[in-house]
Amino acid sequence: MNRLHTLAADPAPSPLERVGVRRVNDFAIVLIGSSKGGLAALQKLLGFLPATFKTPVVIVQHRMESAEDLLVELLQKNTELYLKEVEDKDIINRGVIYLAPAGYHLLIEEDHFALSTEGPVSASRPSIDVLFESAAEEFGSKVVGIILTGMNRDGAQGLKKIKEAGGITLVQDPEEAEARQMPDAAIAASKVDYILALEGIGRFLNSGGAAPFPFPPNGGKLSVPQ
Amino acid sequence: MLNPKIEQIEFELLLEGIYQAYGYDFRDYAPASLRRRVQKSMDNLGVKTISEFQDKILHEKESFVHFLNTVSIDVTAMFRDPDFFLAVRQKIVPIIRELPSVRIWHAGCATGEEVYAMAILLQEENLYNKVRIYATDMNAVVLDKAKNGIYPLKNIQDCTANYHKSGGSHEFSTYYTAKYNNVIMKPELKKNIVWAQHNLVTDRSFHEFDLILCRNVMIYFERPLQEHVHQLFLDSMPIGGILGLGKKETMYSSAFRPNYMEMDGNAKLFRRVK
Repeated sequence: MNRLHTLAADPAPSPLERVGVRRVNDFAIVLIGSSKGGLAALQKLLGFLPATFKTPVVIVQHRMESAEDLLVELLQKNTELYLKEVEDKDIINRGVIYLAPAGYHLLIEEDHFALSTEGPVSASRPSIDVLFESAAEEFGSKVVGIILTGMNRDGAQGLKKIKEAGGITLVQDPEEAEARQMPDAAIAASKVDYILALEGIGRFLNSGGAAPFPFPPNGGKLSVPQ
Repeated sequence: MLNPKIEQIEFELLLEGIYQAYGYDFRDYAPASLRRRVQKSMDNLGVKTISEFQDKILHEKESFVHFLNTVSIDVTAMFRDPDFFLAVRQKIVPIIRELPSVRIWHAGCATGEEVYAMAILLQEENLYNKVRIYATDMNAVVLDKAKNGIYPLKNIQDCTANYHKSGGSHEFSTYYTAKYNNVIMKPELKKNIVWAQHNLVTDRSFHEFDLILCRNVMIYFERPLQEHVHQLFLDSMPIGGILGLGKKETMYSSAFRPNYMEMDGNAKLFRRVK
């Protein structure tokens, strides 16, 4: 059962990585966590992703368990990439945007997703912390973690884990966010790489493959060391 | 930071030890969420490493029971997922109405919320008297909770709303008695329920059923173990029997998919055709 930590914990660096340059395409996965105000933020952000965007994107948007699930439809209108709500054991494919289903935690195992109905974590199910932590364990430094608007603290611990594992972390500028608690909590929990307005995060992702990191933080500002 | 390789070895040894000492086989469980449960149990027991945890688990039965409870308790509610129960009313009820007697198996019933929801639904459809519900779980502690049918009052508002969305038209409050901060399910709902300990991983088929419900249980299993359980279900169901899975579970990559016709893609109801 030697399945854990096989895919990404010890990845072979790409030629560019070897000289210290990392690009979005070098990453295994992009994770986005959002809550209150998240729909509008996600709609805007997804608009920045080109149809050629290859790195899998996984979104946790908090919502009522009983909510009619129109979120897939609403978000699909903003992107040419295929967007799908995750089903149990779905393989993680490149060029796809995945959405955590309402009422389930979403976890990552090697090359596929897993679901859980464990109780709420950080008062949420799906919990951003659960997804982020499991991705950090599975993919190590190959994770991009992004926290957007929200009225709670979910995601702060998960983003910290991504950072500790050597991934890249971004947080929506709390000044711009519809609800600033979640970005504030994430910024307080660890030293994030970039604090950017949505447009800056969008350009950051859009640069995938073209512009090397560190990306010049247009439309935002660099995080201040604490 | 802990060495992931060593941690992985510890984790596998722990699962092997649990299997040999207690007969519970978690070796083919999906690792990410199992590791979360192990961590949770470790935190509660105040141990730092998996090896230390293993020592405790193997030497103290109560520590193992604690772990087993951590693994098997999920948070759910009666009529969670009202679409499913609506589909049961619309698509399954007409089928079982024609049968002289009906056997239903709730495989992995945990704390029993869904079992009571089913009993309520069947009672309203005037079918409950000819139905026997077998509700099984691997964990005796959890099964006792299910048997008692006592749930927190604060959940009832959501349950009531979901009950009505699922096609229920009675006063939901007639199905329970409120006491302090809890509700107790009415005894008449329990009369045709058989509660029994059964482990999907290690136990065999014990009957034939017209309807098998196994919702959000196999999400904790890796694919090969899921296939093992699908075989068990096939062994427990005649042609024409119905299998109900969780909302986000699929059969599309299962070798058993051709044995079933999809009755309802959204409610994940499958009917055995061969």
